[in-house]
Order: sequence, then C-alpha cells, then structure tokens
Amino acid sequence: MRVAFLGATKGMGRALARLMAERGDALCLLGRNADDLQRSAADLAVYGDGSAVPSVPCDLEKPESFTTALDAASEALGGLDTVVVTAGIFATQEELEADPELAERLLRVDFTNTVLFCEAAKNTLLAEVGGTLCVFSSVAGERGRKPVIIYGAAKAGLTRYLEGLDHKHSANGLRVVTVKPGFVKTSMTAGLQPPPFAGEPEGVARQVLRAIDRGTPVVYAPSPWRLIMAVIRALPRAIMRRVGF
Amino acid sequence: MAEPPLSTLSGWGRHSAQGRELVGEDIEELSARAHLSRGLGRSYGDSSLPPDERQAVLNTTFADRILHFDEETGGFRAESGLALSQLNRLLMPRGYFTPVSPGTGFVTLGGMVAADVHGKNQHSAGNFGDHVTALKMRVGDGRLIECSPQQHPDLFYATIGGMGLTGHILEVEFGLRRIPSEWVWQASRRIHDIDEFQDALEEAATKWPYSMGWIDCLARGKNMGRGILMAGDWAEASQAPPTPPKPGFRPSLHFDWPAWALNGLTIRAFNELYYRKQFRRESSGIVSHASFTYPLDALRSWNRMYGRRGFTQYQCVLPREAGRSSARRVLEVLTARGGASFLCVIKDFGRESCGVLSFPRPGITLALDIAVRDDTQALVDALNEQVLREGGRIYLAKDSFTRREHFEAMEGSRLDEFRAVRDRWDPQRRFRSAQSVRLLGD
Repeated sequence: MRVAFLGATKGMGRALARLMAERGDALCLLGRNADDLQRSAADLAVYGDGSAVPSVPCDLEKPESFTTALDAASEALGGLDTVVVTAGIFATQEELEADPELAERLLRVDFTNTVLFCEAAKNTLLAEVGGTLCVFSSVAGERGRKPVIIYGAAKAGLTRYLEGLDHKHSANGLRVVTVKPGFVKTSMTAGLQPPPFAGEPEGVARQVLRAIDRGTPVVYAPSPWRLIMAVIRALPRAIMRRVGF
Repeated sequence: MAEPPLSTLSGWGRHSAQGRELVGEDIEELSARAHLSRGLGRSYGDSSLPPDERQAVLNTTFADRILHFDEETGGFRAESGLALSQLNRLLMPRGYFTPVSPGTGFVTLGGMVAADVHGKNQHSAGNFGDHVTALKMRVGDGRLIECSPQQHPDLFYATIGGMGLTGHILEVEFGLRRIPSEWVWQASRRIHDIDEFQDALEEAATKWPYSMGWIDCLARGKNMGRGILMAGDWAEASQAPPTPPKPGFRPSLHFDWPAWALNGLTIRAFNELYYRKQFRRESSGIVSHASFTYPLDALRSWNRMYGRRGFTQYQCVLPREAGRSSARRVLEVLTARGGASFLCVIKDFGRESCGVLSFPRPGITLALDIAVRDDTQALVDALNEQVLREGGRIYLAKDSFTRREHFEAMEGSRLDEFRAVRDRWDPQRRFRSAQSVRLLGD
C-alpha cells in the first residue's frame, strides 16, 4: 500500500504510521516542520525495512500547498492508494472562548482546510483508479456538548462532509474511512482524567488499519465509544443542559 | 501555554508527590520549562519526583523516535523517552540487543542513562553508561548541548548515573550488540548459604556472561543466604528453537493488596516453594530471553502487592576488600530486626562504571525489597551503618529513605566531583529532585 500521511509525527498518527511501516507499506510524510518530518522519517525507516521514507512540505494553514504536496507524494511513491489525515489542532473550550483568534484558527484548520485537503486528496485518488481516504474526525462531533462546543462543531462539520463524500464517490472507487476517536491517551489528553474505556494510540492504530484494509466507513476507537455515543446522542435536551459532559 | 494540572507522581515503590508534569512529543521545546525529567517512573524511590509542586517535571515518554540505526554496526540513536521493551520488540528479531539491560524492559533510555543501570552481565559488560557514545541535553542555562567522551566530558560523565541532576537528557546514542537468538541457555544451581553464594558468583563470573542469584532472606543460622544461582548465555541459533519466543499472556494487578498480604508467613511459604523448585542441585536448559532477563515483567503492576504504603528496595554494594562474609553481615542486620524481604537478589560486580556517581564497584551487591512499615526508616538506617562499616554504598535509583549524612559518608570525594560539575553547569540549581534535596541538600 502506498500512503500519503498528513500528521504522522505525533500521537495516533505516529502509532498508525509505525504499524504501516512495520508491515511494509510505503509511506510519504506530509507536514509543515521539516526537522520534525525528518525525525519521524528516520524512525519509520527503522520500523520498516530500512529504506528511506520520503517527506514533503504541507501546511494545513496553507491550502495552496495541498495539491502540490499530494502530487509530490504520488511521484515519490509512484502513485497513491491511500491518503491519511490525522493532523489538526485541539484546544479546550475555555481557551477557545478566551481567544477568538485561536477559535477562528481552529475552525479554519480543523474544518475548512481539512475539507479542502480532502478535496485535493479525492481528486488525486480519483484521477487514478480510486483509493482510500482515511480522516480522523472525533466523537466530539456527535452531539453539542459543553466541554467541546467549538471543537465539536468543527468535527461535526468534517464528519458530515466525509459522509457526503462517501455517498457520492463510493461507486467511483473512493473509499472514505471516518475515524472517531473517543478518549485516547495521547499527549493531547495528558493531564485529563482518563474515563473508562480510554484507549491507547497503538490499539486505535490497529483498529484503524483494519478499517482501511476492509474499507469500513466509520470507526469508533476504542469500539465501546460507538455505544457510549449512541447513548449520548439519545439523551434529551433537558438532560444535556444539566450534565457536564 | 496553560500550566499543567497538579497530579500525583510516584516512583515504582509507590512513594509519591504532588507535581505538575509537562507532557508532549516535543521535549526539546518543553524541556526549557521543566526542572527534572522523568520517564516510565521505574526508579523505586523519589529520584523522579519534584522537590515541590511549583517545579514542573518533563515526562519524556512521548518522545520515543528512533533517529538512527545502523544495521551493519549496531550504532543507535533515539529520543530519550523510547522504552527498552519497544526497542527489544523491534530489534531483537533482527539480532540486536542492548549491551546492558536492567531487570525490567519498562524503562526509558533516558532513565537508563540517568541511573546508569546495570544488569546480570555487569561483571563482563559493565554498566549501560559504558556503552553510551553521546547525549543531547538541555542544560541549566537553557542551551542545547551535545556531549560525549570527547565533547564536554565533565558533563557527559556526571550525567551518566547523575539521576537527571545535570540537565534534561533529550537523545541517547549507544552501540547495540549482536545476539545469535532470542533464547538463553540458562544454568541454575542450589546454594546452601551466603558464603557459598559469594564464591559461586565469583566462579560463575569466569564462565558465564550473565549471572545473578535469588536469596531466601528468611532462612537463618546455617541456612542464611541459601538460594538459587542463575547463570546464562545466549543460545546459538543451532541450539535454539526455530521460532522466536511468544510474548505470552501478561496479567496485571488491578487492585492494591491489603498490607497484611505479604507477611513473614506468606513470604516464608513462597521462599520454601521457590527454593524447593530447584530440587536438583544443578539444572540447565533453554529459556526465552524475556523470562531470563525480565522475570518480573510477566506480572504488570506487581508493585501493588505491597498495598497502599508501597515498598522500598534497599540495594547496596559491598567492596571486594570487605571480604568474604560482608554479605552475611548485612543480612544479619536485616534478620536481627525481623525485616522480611520478599525478594532478595545478589550479584557480583566486576568493575566500576565511567559515571561520576555511578553505583557499581568491584564486589558484591544485595537488593532487598522491603514493604514500608513504621520501622522502615530505622531498618534502612541500620543497614546503611553496616554498609558504611563495610566501605560500601547504595544505589540511588532504588532509594527513598537514606539520610544525607550516611550518603555523604559513603560517597566522599565522588560527591565533591559531582558537585563541582553541577556548580559549573547548573550553578542556580535549576535541576532538582525530591531525592537531591534529601541527599545533597539542593
């Protein structure tokens, strides 16, 4: 499998990229920090068979870089079968309320620009025989909730976009995999009290890779979050107004 | 950036403190704001705990990337948060292993340098620090420094075994060694008393690259120090089973055992069974590397056996000059006070390490796991006084009870040298731990 990977340097992206490298997939890393990409490329080369892992500059804040980056990745790997997007930014509701500029940036990066990147990826994949687009959204987009109002709104928009993309293009050979991580123990969630069913990045990575291989459209990771979110979606407004989650 | 929340940080012996932990992949950036690094928290005592909650500590475990690996020479460099277990999982199947491994795989490379860990092959391979070729650090004035035996050697040698007090260790470079298989040819032998143990270990050292012994600490009188000597060497590919060992099921303790669970009686019963397990005087066979090197890793969170108060490990080294019965005299202090140690390990050391404050020296080392009780401080004091009489010293990675005066008396001029390096590189004492405040005064 030839994979263009945006966000392989950190967290769940790092774990997923390692898993892919270990089983022999060819990776091309996309990201904005050249030094950081280089370090991850060296790491993934050891997880893989030792051959060099190429990297290409791409910044989620600069939509004009998207098509060029994907073309370069495709050229480096001799074509693409899969595009993975785990990149994005996170901030707490308090931080976002206190800083409108940060809120604007988060909405732009996590929604607008991620959608634009997916559009470019869709075009690249459909120009060949199709392929898989795997994007990390979040369970935060499942219901309007007090601790994740703004972040959740961006992820909700992204989830709906990916759903539509799947409906329109699955017949054309584009497989869309939407990943909705619940609480996963990464540096992003460090300092928060892990709830029951908190996951490890490696476990999520195994689940996501299986979904990519099978073309599963929606993945809750870890899987108990599918049930948890079904319950939260079903809660009446009167309760959602009262509870803290 | 928001300040990290206050949380409970603890060492493996469950000694804990309130602290703020900076967590992230980019430890180069985060280290500028932290006063101490910690990895997987496997040092037993207070070495990885902050002296007070205002001084943030850096958690390195998300910085675990391999930066360089030369499949020909074994040359290796990685970020300091890489766990040894991960390194083993990845590179043992390719025939490479760390030249020195402690008794657990759940340590980070940074922790292995800071504690200058030793293993069952100390007598033949020295300490981990002896194999380190370079370190990248963030030092007291905020600079990023590459140090090695050639570059800033004073900083390099004080950092090896320096318990993180010379700066943040960000990257570690060392040489991996080739192994013929993932299997170990193990020989074990029943030993009848402590003096025989010292002789047997010395003899094993001439024949085997790996050796150590388990002691039944409750046996007294003529049986004092009876136990089992275990020695090993890598099995050649031709001797080893054709497939690598399976990882197997690793259960975990999910709750704290009550404090009374480990008492004289249960420990005595366990020890008797364990000793009798070796029913033949000598036996040998092929075992998996993991069961030989990391027997305790098979039970995750085994520290919960000791209940909420936790335990301390007392590890000392007694120099060769102290003579044949030095270990007996230390064990007598333990048994005279009725101290029950669940796990007691004995091992000979062949040489000193290159680190300024590194623990080993030629002689014999004893490691005793002791549940924390009201009288633990008095017991450790008594053990330390005996070790001082023998001319020995203690291992900082295990300690949480030693008094400053005892530590200073054990270390003597080595401590002056260490302080001089600290004065040069960190005169403001930016880097401090609960342990450094207890044992060094700052």
